[in-house]
Parts: sequence; C-alpha cells; structure tokens
Amino acid sequence: MEFTDDQMLRYSRHIILPEVGGKGQARIAGAKVCIIGAGGLGCPVGYYLTAAGVGTIALIDNDTVELSNLQRQIAHSVHTIGMPKVESASLTFKALNPEVNIIGIQERLTKDNILDLIRDYDIVVDGSDNFPTRYLVNDACFMAKKPLVSGAILRFEGQVTTIVSGDGPCYRCLFEEPPPPGLVPSCQEAGVLGVLPGVIGGLQATEVLKLILGKGDVLKGELLIYNALKTTFRKVRVPKNPHCPLCGEAPTITELIDYNEGYCSL
Amino acid sequence: MEDSVPDKRINIKGLVCPYTFVKAKLAVESMEVGQVLEVLLDYEEASRSIPKSMEDHGQTVLKIDKINDTDWVLRIRKEKD
Ligand SMILES: [Zn+2]
Repeated sequence: MEFTDDQMLRYSRHIILPEVGGKGQARIAGAKVCIIGAGGLGCPVGYYLTAAGVGTIALIDNDTVELSNLQRQIAHSVHTIGMPKVESASLTFKALNPEVNIIGIQERLTKDNILDLIRDYDIVVDGSDNFPTRYLVNDACFMAKKPLVSGAILRFEGQVTTIVSGDGPCYRCLFEEPPPPGLVPSCQEAGVLGVLPGVIGGLQATEVLKLILGKGDVLKGELLIYNALKTTFRKVRVPKNPHCPLCGEAPTITELIDYNEGYCSL
Repeated sequence: MEDSVPDKRINIKGLVCPYTFVKAKLAVESMEVGQVLEVLLDYEEASRSIPKSMEDHGQTVLKIDKINDTDWVLRIRKEKD
C-alpha cells in the first residue's frame, strides 16, 4: 500500500510500531468489521476502529438517539437526538476519519437477516444490549465461521471474550441458554456506570485490531471480567464444552433461533 | 560494500521526527532482505534516532555520514521483514 502524506501522518504512531508497520496498517485498511449495536459498546468500538483506519465498518442498530443514551453512548449528541443511531454515529465517525467506509444499517437483527448482514465482513463485534441478540449473533457467527468479539456490561462490571469459530469455545459453551426474561434485571433497576462501556469497548476494539494484524494473544477460550468498583481485571478460562448445544459433538441447535421478546434492553 | 550503489534512496530533508523514521521505515518495508537503503536528511536528531530505531528493529546501520553543514547520509541494510 502506498501511503499519501496525510495517511503517513495520520497513522504514523501505528507505522512506527514493529507489530504494525506499513504492512499492518495496510491490513487494517483492508479489513471489514461489522458492529452489532451503536450504543454504549458500539460507539467506542466504532470510534476507535475508525480512528485506526479500518477500511469498512458496518453498524447495525434499529434504535434512535435519546437523551438518556448520552451518559455513555459517546458517538451521539444533543444535535442527533431523534436520529437513527447508525446515522448519528456515522456522522461522528466520518468527521473523525473520512477515509473509512461507514455503512449504517437501521434494522432489527433476526434469524432471517443476520447471515446476509454479516456475510461480507471479516470480524463481527457484539455490542448488543440484550440476550436474544447475543445468542443470535453467537450462533450466526459460528455457522458463518466469523470471528466474534463479544462484550457485555451491567452496573459496574463488564466482560469481554473473543470467539473464533471452530477453534475454542463459543458463547453457549459458557452459558448454554439465555436466562429467562424474569431473571434479567430491568433497565430501571440495573443501571450502568457511563464510562464502563468505554473500558469494555476499548478492549473489544483492541481484540479486533489484534485479529486483523495476527499479532499478540486474543481472549480465545478466556473471559476477561472487569470490575470498575474494585478496579480489578479477572481472566477466567473457558473450556470448550463437548456437550455444547451449538458447537459440541452432538449439536441440537442447527438453525438460528429468535428468542421471544420480553427481555428489557440493558 | 559501503561504497556500492544502494538499492533505494530516499530524501527526507525538511521532515522532522517522527515522520523521518516513518518514511525510512516504510522504505525499508518495501525492500527485500539484504538490500541497502540510503537516506538523505537534514534533521539532526534523526541522524541519531533513525539508526537507533533501525537497530532496535533488527536492521544493520552501515554508515552515518555528515556530508555538509546541514545534511546527513545514512545507509541501512535490511536484515529482516
Ligand atoms: Zn459452544
């Protein structure tokens, strides 16, 4: 890849790194990443991947911006309240780096559209805020053989793991089924510290860049748990479950499932 | 060796750190192992920092010459990708 003077300046701190260099930056520029959700996690993930110069970034989200989002969803603003989140975030990311091809998809993910929507991308990032979507994304990425960087946040705690289809555990190896709706805390009683998605989204974006570069170790077979109140990071090893209903030896889930509504968005 | 013709020459006069190193590094990346890069520069700090960084990255610095009041010429042999 021939860098223009502007690109050389913009990405100089990457190019200087032995692990990145011009070749790594060219790989980043050639990468296509699909981000599920343009909320708390999707905003910082998309923001940093845009800054890093990822060539194509798709954002999938069906919601519009509300004032109550602005405590943590840093790509939106008072000027974009009422606007579709994917449009609001696209404007922000384009202003940061006009070279990046941002594709906003204002749709609700279902078992019928997800495989088509993720087909053209190298890596999927889950920044969704609900269990039905998290399981749908896990299953679809396993079936489509797409690496998945999964993140979740609640109150003061966040989790990150990287799932490489066919190599290591999937999300269902960890938690076989979504919890019943009644056991999931409702948004009113849950709450989330506004900076928490920044930490977890930053970790997810880092995992994505390492997958693109093929450098370092990703959180494969490991769940990283961050506790913001205690300021602790804990890594838990997650073995592949031979009886996993999706990726185990005798899978019972062979097609995508739309779990019933009734879950509150976190 | 040092007087042979380099495989690639770049002129980075007018550039300051870290862009001096970025340009030199991109040039080295584009070359084959064993080839020699010649760098012409006029930013004094880079006459020290580029050789140091290149050695840190595993390349060999063949020479560092101050050729006049303002300019330096470096020669670097690429040892690894
Ligand atoms: Zn599994």
